[in-house]
Amino acid sequence: MSILVNRYTKVICQGFTGKEGTFHSEQAMAYGTNFVGGVTPGKGGQIHLKRQVFNTVHEAVECTGADASMIYVPAPFAADAILEAADAGIKIIVCITEGVPIQDMLRVKHALNRRNTVLIGPNCPGVITPGECKMGIMPGHIHLSGKVGIMSRSGTLTYEAIDQTTHNGLGQSTCVGIGGDPIHGINFINCLSLFEDDPKTESIIMVGEIGGQAEEDAAKYIQHHITKPVVAYIAGLTAPIGRRMGHAGAIISRGKGAAEAKLAALKDAGVHITCSPAEMGKRLLDILGSSN
Amino acid sequence: MNLHEFQAKQLFNRYGILTPEGYLVTSGSQARQAAKQLGGKCWVIKAQVHTGGRGKAGGVVIVNSLDHVTNFSCKMLSQRLFTHQTITEGLPVNYVLIEKLSDIRRELYISVLVDRVSESIVFMVSPQGGMDIEAVATKDSNEILNLYVDPIVGLQSYQCRRAGSFLGLIGMAFEQLQVLMHSLYQLFTENDASLVEINPLVVTERNSLLAVDAKLDLDDNSIFRHAELGTMFDPTQEAESEVVAKKFGLNYISLDGRVACMVNGAGLAMATMDLIQREGGEPANFLDVGGRTTPDRIAEAFKLILLDRKATSILVNIFGGIIHCDLIAEGIIQAVRDIDILIPLIVRLEGTHSNLGRKLLSDSNMSIYISQDLTSAVKQAVKASKE
Repeated sequence: MSILVNRYTKVICQGFTGKEGTFHSEQAMAYGTNFVGGVTPGKGGQIHLKRQVFNTVHEAVECTGADASMIYVPAPFAADAILEAADAGIKIIVCITEGVPIQDMLRVKHALNRRNTVLIGPNCPGVITPGECKMGIMPGHIHLSGKVGIMSRSGTLTYEAIDQTTHNGLGQSTCVGIGGDPIHGINFINCLSLFEDDPKTESIIMVGEIGGQAEEDAAKYIQHHITKPVVAYIAGLTAPIGRRMGHAGAIISRGKGAAEAKLAALKDAGVHITCSPAEMGKRLLDILGSSN
Repeated sequence: MNLHEFQAKQLFNRYGILTPEGYLVTSGSQARQAAKQLGGKCWVIKAQVHTGGRGKAGGVVIVNSLDHVTNFSCKMLSQRLFTHQTITEGLPVNYVLIEKLSDIRRELYISVLVDRVSESIVFMVSPQGGMDIEAVATKDSNEILNLYVDPIVGLQSYQCRRAGSFLGLIGMAFEQLQVLMHSLYQLFTENDASLVEINPLVVTERNSLLAVDAKLDLDDNSIFRHAELGTMFDPTQEAESEVVAKKFGLNYISLDGRVACMVNGAGLAMATMDLIQREGGEPANFLDVGGRTTPDRIAEAFKLILLDRKATSILVNIFGGIIHCDLIAEGIIQAVRDIDILIPLIVRLEGTHSNLGRKLLSDSNMSIYISQDLTSAVKQAVKASKE
C-alpha cells in the first residue's frame, strides 16, 4: 500500500511535448510509472516518446482511462491546465509549474472545492511511491520502497530526508511535495490523514518552513488524530522578517509564520523535532529504536 | 513588486479613488513651483521610497513656507533614507511628492490582501488609521474588522455596508465607502495586486473620503500580463546584488553575516543558513541557484557573492537530483579558474554522481575543502570565516 499513487495509477502529462514535459515524462517511464499518454494542444494525433499525444485532457481520459496528470505547462497557462484536468475527471493532479499567479490559484482552489479531485502543488517536486509511480521532478534512484511517509514544502530538502531514510534502510511509503506557494492544493493535514490510514506507513517525516500556519495546523491535527510517530524539521529559523526566502510562501509577514512558533506548537503536540536537516533520518531511527 | 506612492496614487485615480492634489518633483526649484501651483499655506513633502515608517525617519514633512518647501525637498533628495524596514545602506530618494495639506476630521485604515489561511481576498478595516496597523492589532483586535471575499462571487455590497457601519461612517462618507471598496476590489483583481493599503484613509471636514497615503504591492508572478505595471519597477529601491541576481534567475537576499552560501533549492538554502547559525556563524546571504542549475549560473552566483564583499568564506551545498554533481563540480572548477576567489571555499556535494563530483574537485588540485557530510562542511565554513 501507499497513498495517492501506486503501480495502477494511469498517468498522463500536460505540456507533454515541451522541454520539461518531455524530460520528466521520459524519467517517469524509465522509473516504471504506468504512463499512458500526454496532452499538447495542437499536436493531437502525434506519437511522442512512444505514447499518443492528445489535444485535450478529455480526449486523453476517454482513450486511455487516465486518472492522474502531471502538469509542466508554463505559469500563465497553469490554472487553465489544472481546471481542464479536473473537468475531465482526473483524480490526482500534480502541478510542478513554478510562478503561478496567486489570484489564479485562489480561483482554482475555490473551483476545485466542488470536485472530488486532489491537487498537489503548484511549485512542488511532485509525488512518488517508490518502485511504483513517479509523478514529478524528484530523482527516482535515491528512493527506496519502505515505511516512512514523507511530506514537505520544499524540494531539495525533501531529497535530504529521502536520502537519509534510504541509507538507514527505513525506505519510504510515499513522498509528497506539497509545494512552496502560499495557496496550494494538498496540505499537511490531508497527507497526515492519508498516512495514518495507510498500513504500509509506520512513521512520518514532515519538512516545514517559515510562513503561513500550516505547521501549527498540522500540530493540532497530530495531537488529536495521529498515532504514528512524527519527526519534523522546520527550515528558516534565521530568516529575516518581511523577506521572501525563495518560495513565495516562505515569508514571515506581520510577525506571523516564524519558525519558533511552529516548533513550539509541534513540540506541544508530541512531535519529535530535529534541529538539523542532516539528522531527520537519524532522529527517526532513534525514536523507532527506543520504542521497540 | 512594490510601487511608489505616486504610482499607486496614479492607479487609484484611474479607478476613481480620490487622492490629495499634488505634484511629483525631482528638485528643490520644481518643488517650490509645485507648491505655488497648489496654492494654500501648508504643504506636505513626501519622499518616494519603497519602505514603511517614512514619517518617523524624516521622509514625510509638513511645512508652511515656500522656502521650507525648497529646503526640505533639496535635503530629502540629497540623502538616503533609513527606516527600521530598509536595508542597512538605506534607500535613495529620487522623487518627492508635494501635496496640499488635507483637512482631517478622522483617520481610518483600509487594506486588501490575499489571505493564505482562508484562501480568499480579505478587506481589513479599522477606525484607528494613521498608525501602525500591527500595533492596533496587538493592542485591541476589536478595532479591526476582516471581511473575507469569495474570489468567485466577488465583493458584495452588504460587506461594504458592514465596513461603513463598523467605521462609524454616516451620510456621504458612508456612501463613498461602498464605491471606494468596489473600486479597490476591482483595482486589486484587475492588476493582480498582493496588497493595497490606504493608511490613513481620511474623512475630511466635508465628510468626504480621501486616500492620503497609498501602498500597492503587485504579485511578481503576474507581471507578465501587466506590461505597463512592469515598467514601473524601480531598481534603485533594491540592493544592487539582488537586482543582478534577478537577471540571472537566482534567488538572492543579502544578509549581515560572514559565511556566504550557495545552495540549490529554497528550503535547503534556508536550512543551510540555520545550520551556519547553529554552528556559531552568521550567514552572509540567502542564495538559491535553483533545482536545475547550470555551470553558468554557478559562475554568476560566485560573482554575486563576491560583489557583496562581506563574506569571509563560501559554502557550496548542493544536493544533486536531476542535475548531476559532476556537472556542478565542473561548474565550480570553471568558476574558480575564471574568477579570483580569495576566500576559503567549502563544497558539500551529495546525491546523483556525488562520488564523481567530489573526485573531480579533489583532482583539480584547487584549494577547496570537500565534504560529503553537511554538518562538517558547515563547521568548516564557519571556522574558516573567523580566521
